[in-house]
Amino acid sequence: MTKADLVENIYLKTGFSKKESAEIVEMVFDIMKTTLEDGNKIKIAGFGNFVVKDKATRRGRNPQTGEEIEISSRRILTFKPSQVLKAAINELEG
Amino acid sequence: MTKSELIEQLTTDNDVLSKRESELIVNSIFESIGQALVGGDRVEIRGFGSFTVRERDAREARNPKSGDVVKISAKKTPFFKTGKELRERVNVA
Repeated sequence: MTKADLVENIYLKTGFSKKESAEIVEMVFDIMKTTLEDGNKIKIAGFGNFVVKDKATRRGRNPQTGEEIEISSRRILTFKPSQVLKAAINELEG
Repeated sequence: MTKSELIEQLTTDNDVLSKRESELIVNSIFESIGQALVGGDRVEIRGFGSFTVRERDAREARNPKSGDVVKISAKKTPFFKTGKELRERVNVA
């Protein structure tokens, strides 16, 4: 499934044209991206939470060469699925 | 930001959508993604990220309170991989 399928579903459910539906879907993800970029989390009930986390600098190894390297501090995005979504995924074909 | 705040933001960011329409759209997006994952499908949103279902093997764990060994059966779990664009945008501190 891609963004095009999400657009198609919006088009079928609303009276908006495909072009409008595409713009609206884009808008939703733009709002989400800006929110996360600002370091804020997004909580979607029944789906999951998108959380921005700060990672400190740490020592790591290049798994191929074994060479020790420093992994710089960074800000990452994690997704924690809701219990509802996890249960739904495990229910089918169980 | 909660889902209702996302709906409100969508309503104020443009002048075509009513609150009810924004609600329908936001709900549709997350329902569609959820249903695809339940069906075992992979969902890819360009610029945002991709959702997949990962299989977790059965394992033995311990109840941290009693110390009893508990068998945990194999299960599936949704997994999100942040897309390149969003990963870079988030990492700008």
